[in-house]
Amino acid sequence: MAEPAAASPATSAATASAPASLWADLRHVALGNGLTVLALVILALIVVLGLIGPAIAPWDPLASNASLTLKPPSLPHPFGTDALGRDILTRVIVAARLDLGMAFGAVVLSFALGTALGAVSGYVGGLTDQIVGRVMDTIMAFPLFVLAMGIVAALGNSVGNIVIATAIINLPFYVRFARAEVNVRRDQTYVEAARMGGNGPTRILVVHIVPNILPAMMVQASLNLGWAILNAAGLSFIGLGVRPPTPEWGIMVSEGASYIFSGEWWTFTFPGMALVTAVFCFNLVGDGLRDIIDPRRRT
Amino acid sequence: MKTALTILRRIASAVPSLVGVVVVTFLLARALPGDPAAYYAGSSATPESIASIRAHLGLDRPLPAQFVDYVVRLFNGDLGMSVSSGKPVAEDLTTRLPASIELTGMALVFALVIGLPLGVIAATRPGRMADHVCRLIVTVGAAFPTFFVALMLMFVFYYKLGIAPEPLGRLSDIYYSLPPPVTGLLLVDTLIAGDLPAFVGALAQLALPSISLGLFALAPIARMTRAAMLTALSSDYCRTARAMGLSSGRIVFGYALRNALLPIVNVLGMVFSFLLGANVLVEQVFAWPGIGAYAVNAVIASDYAAVQGFVLMMAILYVLLNLAVDLIATAIDPRVRYDG
Repeated sequence: MAEPAAASPATSAATASAPASLWADLRHVALGNGLTVLALVILALIVVLGLIGPAIAPWDPLASNASLTLKPPSLPHPFGTDALGRDILTRVIVAARLDLGMAFGAVVLSFALGTALGAVSGYVGGLTDQIVGRVMDTIMAFPLFVLAMGIVAALGNSVGNIVIATAIINLPFYVRFARAEVNVRRDQTYVEAARMGGNGPTRILVVHIVPNILPAMMVQASLNLGWAILNAAGLSFIGLGVRPPTPEWGIMVSEGASYIFSGEWWTFTFPGMALVTAVFCFNLVGDGLRDIIDPRRRT
Repeated sequence: MKTALTILRRIASAVPSLVGVVVVTFLLARALPGDPAAYYAGSSATPESIASIRAHLGLDRPLPAQFVDYVVRLFNGDLGMSVSSGKPVAEDLTTRLPASIELTGMALVFALVIGLPLGVIAATRPGRMADHVCRLIVTVGAAFPTFFVALMLMFVFYYKLGIAPEPLGRLSDIYYSLPPPVTGLLLVDTLIAGDLPAFVGALAQLALPSISLGLFALAPIARMTRAAMLTALSSDYCRTARAMGLSSGRIVFGYALRNALLPIVNVLGMVFSFLLGANVLVEQVFAWPGIGAYAVNAVIASDYAAVQGFVLMMAILYVLLNLAVDLIATAIDPRVRYDG
């Protein structure tokens, strides 16, 4: 899914699976959907590339070679070479770390901040709730990619600010989700019991409520990762954040785009396909995770 | 009477969003790195000249006063001067807006024309071929970045097959006489001028960009149509209609689709958010002379007034589109109409 899945708190009120049935669930989903398993395997591969990519890449991602410019795919250069004679396969592999890093960074930021803000405003209610809600509404009043552009333009053109901008435009989805999930639990008997036992509001939130909403929040996060990758790559495609010669999928597609009129298709196709593969796998795995943790939201 | 009141209330509910949007664009401008006064003063500035420019720009005044100033200038249609074009930002944006509207509008039409029937067919034949095609398009469509799709379409249809015209912006004035601008939308203007070849030319230029953009919006529309139609078709009233012996066409279009329209219209708000954002990327790829490509250049050139004006204009456009979606939902759903 390209969009962060819309929050549907009512249907996911009872989400936590008992650990005993988790393996059964996993096996059920895996058997029922081989594609999800395949996606998980490819995803693991991409993550490994992100971790150790620079060590195993066959060439130097930055070394240009004047005698090898714009060569089509061949055995020593399976993805061809770019305008400066750099090996595209190497650059695609090395870029995985930056692309995944930006997306993970953004999602972790909005996950942490969004859960905290949403949980507090859902539990406390009143003025806090209204203020947080208003601020989130205002973020949602912008076309999100446009707001991200504006934020990067305002904060400065750097990779860190791309992560911040992507986190900010994702924030409302987490806040609303966490708020709704906490809201339905606020007056449940186990929370009442904790309150009777003399626990303060902070302790009730952190120890009794938040752990219960975490599985559903994790599903949100995993569905959100593909979208975060697309967003960060889109920003660097238009020239924000990542600067050449840094290898990054979005900027590599943008660099390759100039050779479309002379037919050097490999310059933009391989980095683009890397993006598609990563996003596709994240979406499939996110859907699979949702099916396990929250079967009622299956579509 | 009650309907009019509901509509008025909907319109009023857009006001807080507009206020929020103006506040955020103002704050974004204030968060700018560096000192705008030093930026305008240039490299040979002395501290005195920077101070005088700061006073001239009103940057030495307290923040609330500056905000009032900003709002007053907004109401006069003053978005500041663009450093890169040397013209008022408002003028730049309004001359380029029709190109963006034409592109986004065509993309939406494309997405609806393909997405709605696809979703309906998938829902009426669950588990069959059409359903799988629908699911495939939805899943794959959501994973492909717009800019990559745009490049691939361009490569195949322009470079390989030679069907598409040169992907360099709108109708070229080398081959066609451009129609006198009435609406700024070339499709409309060429028809007003009665110039059929130019109309076809404009349509051909528009085809690839709007398809690339539309494919992105297709996924949520098809997915929501399918889900809403499935819900509607499994409802009691559809079962009753079937039991009464109504034709399946009557049930699908007269009963189910009519009821499924509300969630579909509601998802359009999100679709517009995608379209307006992805519009920037598509314009960049196709050298489309709209406000998106303008904004990209402005961001790269640190032309802050232009970026700020662009973000504000897009946000206002989006708030108004959401309002339109709300009003349409009111029009098609009596429950919303009589609500409260």
